[in-house]
Amino acid sequence: MDAVMNFGQGIFGGIWPGVWTLIKIVLIVAPLMLGVAYLTYFERKVIGFMQVRIGPNRVGPLGLIQPIADGLKLLLKEVIVPTGANKGIFVIAPMLALAPALAAWAVVPFTDSLVLANIDASLLYIMAITSMGVYGVILSGWSSNSKYAFLGAMRSAAQMVSYEISMGFSLICVLMVSNSLNLVDIVNAQHQGRLAGIGLGFLSWNWLPLLPMFMVYLISGVAETNRAPFDVAEGESEIVAGFFVEYSGMAFAVFFLAEYANMILVSALTSILFLGGWLSPVGFLPDGIFWLLAKMSAILFLFLWFRATFPRYRYDQLMRLGWKVFVPVCLVWLVVVGCWMMSPLNIWK
Amino acid sequence: MGSMKEIFNSLLLKELLKGMAVTGKYFFARKITVQYPEEKTPQSFRFRGLHALRRYPNGEERCIACKLCEAICPALAITIEAEPRDDGSRRTTRYDIDLTKCIFCGFCEEACPVDAVVETRVFEYHGEKRGDLYYTKQMLLANGDRYEEQIAKDRELDASYR
Repeated sequence: MDAVMNFGQGIFGGIWPGVWTLIKIVLIVAPLMLGVAYLTYFERKVIGFMQVRIGPNRVGPLGLIQPIADGLKLLLKEVIVPTGANKGIFVIAPMLALAPALAAWAVVPFTDSLVLANIDASLLYIMAITSMGVYGVILSGWSSNSKYAFLGAMRSAAQMVSYEISMGFSLICVLMVSNSLNLVDIVNAQHQGRLAGIGLGFLSWNWLPLLPMFMVYLISGVAETNRAPFDVAEGESEIVAGFFVEYSGMAFAVFFLAEYANMILVSALTSILFLGGWLSPVGFLPDGIFWLLAKMSAILFLFLWFRATFPRYRYDQLMRLGWKVFVPVCLVWLVVVGCWMMSPLNIWK
Repeated sequence: MGSMKEIFNSLLLKELLKGMAVTGKYFFARKITVQYPEEKTPQSFRFRGLHALRRYPNGEERCIACKLCEAICPALAITIEAEPRDDGSRRTTRYDIDLTKCIFCGFCEEACPVDAVVETRVFEYHGEKRGDLYYTKQMLLANGDRYEEQIAKDRELDASYR
């Protein structure tokens, strides 16, 4: 590593820290994009399997080249800007949707040393950045100058804002018990306690003491990414494709990328905040990035499983769930956790 | 009390987990996809596909121009013109089936007193321009000649049910 640093220093001189950061960004974004591409493939396979089909299998062995073929097709297609659309905003909106989904990865720790920016307020940064995603949705819906796109954007915006509240509350519980906003510290805090001491690490992770918050966070995460069963924003039978109905070609693909990048992000955050990130579930196995990847894959599989199982929520039921179920549940558990921490039964000291 | 139980059940996500158990079970179920061009589903001997006009073993065409098929055809897809042949037997001069009108109900086949018009098992055919699916007497007879073996076997299998 030192040799690489010295070599880079020699070639680039003063701008080397900038170049090095760029290299690290590419090292995160490139596998992420590959992950997004293959997530679409696995989605089609998993849903196919659950519907007793076999899914894509024509392009390449087992259909493994399928996502690349899809990407090429979308790249070659024309991007149509509708008459009456606000062209500038129409073009910027997909980027506004994708950029936050990628920017949030800056602070996501893969192991305790492998993180692009180990900043102290990384949880706050994540919440701030992921909230920005709604701008892409609103602006694309508005600038399309189409009623379906507009309705989809309104629904989607209301939904994302509502579920952010319950998400925020469940994160407050996490940061109460781990006493930090730094994601690395949050993971390391899950490594302490009597159960971790006797080698049963997975019982000391946040998901068990904060089980209701874990469920709320997971379900809000599904809603936040506009996935089934909360995909009213793009309810095919009601408003065609929702806010990106007027988009085609690569602009459409960017929205698609944003949705799947967000899914991966939510699964990474769930793993880090509730499932102990890179920590090994049992004492005799080493910690490592592969645990994080395994946990993320499990949660992504859950996302696909949800989509294959549940019918779409009606819009008013969706809002009821967000405001009248999740927010009260969060508030109650917040008080419970607070009392728990003040009582002699506190397990987080 | 009942509503309390309901609230409790919904908070435990009981029904959602039940639904996921069902889809989870099917995830491991044997897949029923038929890989179409390579694999095909079994066909009945009563399969109603492309039409054909049959001949007797001596080469004489079976059709006697009774026009029962034309009369019964609900889609009016069959057009027949007939006049006596030189040897005095009654034969069609024109026997057309417009496959774009045909609904493959099999009534023509059932109506035919001499088993002349039949529907074969062939369903993989296409037309590339308008009119390609308008089958004339020659084309239908050619179909009959080509698939006679299969057609005869299918009629034999069906005979005991008629």
